[in-house]
Amino acid sequence: MIEQPLLIAEGLSKNYGARIGCRDVSLEVYPGEVLAVVGESGSGKSTLLGLLSTELEASAGRVSYRLRDGRLADLASLGAAEKRLLMRTDWGFVRQNPADGLRMAVSAGGNVGERLMAVGWRHYGHIRDEAIDWLGRVEIAADRVDDDPRAFSGGMRQRLQIARNLVTRPRLVFMDEPTGGLDVSVQARLLDLIRQLVAELGLAVIIVTHDLAVARLLSHRMVVMRHGRVIETGITDQVLDDPREPYTQLLVSSVLAA
Amino acid sequence: MNAHATGAMPEITYNFAYLDEQTKRMIRRAILKAIAVPGYQVPFAAREMPMPYGWGTGGVQVTAAVLGPDDVLKVIDQGADDTTNAVAIRGFFEKTARVATTTSAREATVIQTRHRIPETPLTENQILVYQVPIPEPLRFLEPRETETRQLHALAEYGLMHVKLYEDIARHGHIATTYAYPVEVAGRYVMDPSPIPKFDNPKLDDCPALQLFGAGREKRIYAIPPFTRVRSLDFEDHPFRVQRFAQPCALCAATGVYLDEVILDDKGGRMFVCSDTDYCNERQEAGHRGEMAGEAGRASPSPQPSPLRGEGADGALNLSPTGKGRPEGPGEGTWGVPTTPSSAGDPGSARAAPSGMTK
Amino acid sequence: MYVAAKGGEKAIRNAHALLAKRRRGNKNLPSISLAQIAQQLTLAVDRVMAEGSLYDVELAALAVKQARGDLIEAIFLIRAFRTTLPRFGYAQALDTSEMLVRRRVSATYKDLPGGQLLGPTFDYTHRLLDTSLGVADEAGEVDDEARQADPADAAPVAMPRVTDLLGQEGLIEAAPADEGAEPFDITRAPVSFPVDRSTRLQTLARGDEGYLLALGYSTQRGYARSHPFVGEIRFGDVEVIFEAPELGFELSLGTVQVTECQSVNQFKGSATTPPQFTRGYGLVFGQCERKALSMALVERALRWKELGEEPGAPAQDEEFVLSHCDNVQATGFVEHLKLPHYVDFQAELDLVRRMRAEQAAERPADGIKEAAE
Repeated sequence: MIEQPLLIAEGLSKNYGARIGCRDVSLEVYPGEVLAVVGESGSGKSTLLGLLSTELEASAGRVSYRLRDGRLADLASLGAAEKRLLMRTDWGFVRQNPADGLRMAVSAGGNVGERLMAVGWRHYGHIRDEAIDWLGRVEIAADRVDDDPRAFSGGMRQRLQIARNLVTRPRLVFMDEPTGGLDVSVQARLLDLIRQLVAELGLAVIIVTHDLAVARLLSHRMVVMRHGRVIETGITDQVLDDPREPYTQLLVSSVLAA
Repeated sequence: MNAHATGAMPEITYNFAYLDEQTKRMIRRAILKAIAVPGYQVPFAAREMPMPYGWGTGGVQVTAAVLGPDDVLKVIDQGADDTTNAVAIRGFFEKTARVATTTSAREATVIQTRHRIPETPLTENQILVYQVPIPEPLRFLEPRETETRQLHALAEYGLMHVKLYEDIARHGHIATTYAYPVEVAGRYVMDPSPIPKFDNPKLDDCPALQLFGAGREKRIYAIPPFTRVRSLDFEDHPFRVQRFAQPCALCAATGVYLDEVILDDKGGRMFVCSDTDYCNERQEAGHRGEMAGEAGRASPSPQPSPLRGEGADGALNLSPTGKGRPEGPGEGTWGVPTTPSSAGDPGSARAAPSGMTK
Repeated sequence: MYVAAKGGEKAIRNAHALLAKRRRGNKNLPSISLAQIAQQLTLAVDRVMAEGSLYDVELAALAVKQARGDLIEAIFLIRAFRTTLPRFGYAQALDTSEMLVRRRVSATYKDLPGGQLLGPTFDYTHRLLDTSLGVADEAGEVDDEARQADPADAAPVAMPRVTDLLGQEGLIEAAPADEGAEPFDITRAPVSFPVDRSTRLQTLARGDEGYLLALGYSTQRGYARSHPFVGEIRFGDVEVIFEAPELGFELSLGTVQVTECQSVNQFKGSATTPPQFTRGYGLVFGQCERKALSMALVERALRWKELGEEPGAPAQDEEFVLSHCDNVQATGFVEHLKLPHYVDFQAELDLVRRMRAEQAAERPADGIKEAAE
């Protein structure tokens, strides 16, 4: 059986007034596949992530998603209720700044349990057990379950954010520079954990990063963006080892030189 | 408004129950919609009333809209008929609608309340009108109305449970004691106004029509008679009400909500019914609490009535009259205040906001 | 034995009697007349009319007197009275280009048709206490007509609006056309967000002067800065025209005094629109320049979305700004904290006692948790 794409973007564009955020981007993401979107800041990669996750409204083009029942739906056509359900069950979104993705004044257990309660869990003990289980999976000790993220280090916050997103077993997770702003050693540990969870759960991930090392470690395929356009796309190792576009060559060589 | 007659200024007259008929019709339409969609907050064009926002303008507008000339009105605040704001609102309707008023929960056809549901069970022939400060149960979790409207529309109430989860995680209890959120008719989550959660069970399957008016926030909502109202909770942390360990010190009632009254500056206190009408009725029927005093006799040595779970801090020397001697002929109950010289000189104007005094 | 108080009614009566006595002050002094208030405390009366949103000088003066000079209380009195007034219909939009101008200044042009007309202004006065005002002066000729123009004043005249001059060249965005539709009426329908222009302007026009002043000030200090110029601020008399459908013709209901401020703000352009100035609008009953100017700044800041600007500053937050600008609502809710809350307090008291007892019963927590990894 040939697997069908999970998410399809066609001709996505976004203008901010006269300025272009993103122009005519088409791509597909398959179940279990990690797609990295790389480029310098201002290249339009965060705008693209916003469009794919429907947080931003596209000026042109569309995004389709295969629902759990196998139906391919144009996301713009989904009702608000359907879209919200999708976002809190089948999708995850890991933000660069954990404060944007967590409730900082709510305990770790409450942060992880929120999605469960949103889908109808009403047994405190069960919610708490599930939260503790997920904290364990992201290597946070069970006795931290009642602490709020303000008492956590940057790396712990990011792992908590991941647990909060994965607790409903989503099929697609958006990640925006998830390792940005962390120390190198903390970064390595987090990347390791993400790689392990992605494999274990068969997640599809669209990850935006300016760091080619992150792309190499996590992604199967990658797209390179510049000035709002996709200029190169392919298998990650191929793009990184044998870049075709001069711009990509420059990106790759600048990392090697550093 | 007491327009001073200043020569040319004409006297100002007002419609029955202050509001003009157009406005009352508008409010009635909102009420009907609210009844049709139980627990849903219906926006309405609240008017500016001659009392401040936050002091019951929503309740007053709802009452004005449902009041007819034959109605008998009761107004309570904190359970009592004689608290200053209850007196002011009752006076407003006496003046503008000339309706009969009562303190009896049985005789009343319309009861406007702030913060309590009467202890006397309500009937199908009654309307209970609540004054509501903040109608939005999600407000303190999400301040934006644009967002909370969405959450209600999509019945997305996970956030509400996060709050309850946090209470249990941090305190071992659900720490919400009043304005405790409820789910109405299996659909909308609703703020029952700041009644103690003790009163929440009375919301459920109540024979009377319950109307909620929030003037400043311009919302009306309703619980139709005999509607299922469930207080939010967890399966393993079910909703529970406060219980008082001892009966009312005046009428010996149990299973009612009590006010704590401080007797002296040495920790002395007593607990009496918050519902003054209920307490009064029981005393008239011959029920006597520890501190009520039998006719002509001093009260027996009183005991404080601590709430269950709270350690009584030892024997307290309660001498409620200050000198341990009975006061007055002991006709017993809710008589004239003994506040000295409040007549005559307006300089001594002294409110009794708690409704209780020695 | 305990006796419960039924003192409420009596205490309230006494308090009100005392209030009346304090309001009157020393009876050896003459009572202040409404005409005196209207003539000598004009700006207080204007503010009460503006935020009370009822144009009636005499009632506003009465409210100021009844409220012992507490203007928010006076505004409240006017609002409560206004509620009871029947609604005949909506007047046509005021044509401020036809205003008989008593004061007009522009910060964008040195001179312009009609000139700069300073009129009655505190601007350029030295703020030195004038003790000569402390001496009771002799009554001049009695002039009962509130606000009758002094014959010594120059006769007010109409003059073109600065924004119209800019508009002729297309240098400033056009003012939204009057499509003749009935405006949203915030006193007759509940507001829901986001709001349209008429709702925004009405809410700001009756909003609290101090609140708008602070928000407008914040835009100048960098929170939603939009580089404003006072294109023009004008104060004068405008005719109110009403078209009664049953009569089939227009009639003039008289004139009202208003202050209008139009700010000229930062240009912007896009692929389709050439660069042009944008405008913020303020209109207030009476002479209330501070309010009109503040309103224009805030109005402009609230338009960030339609103008494609970055949000984030307090003055741009429509729901926040508009939900909290009404001082009658604000004062009521803040002051309601004075009402008894002892039923709820009792419930909290019970919980705190219970939790303290539980905590005392538990053993002290063992060890200190690791603060971070």
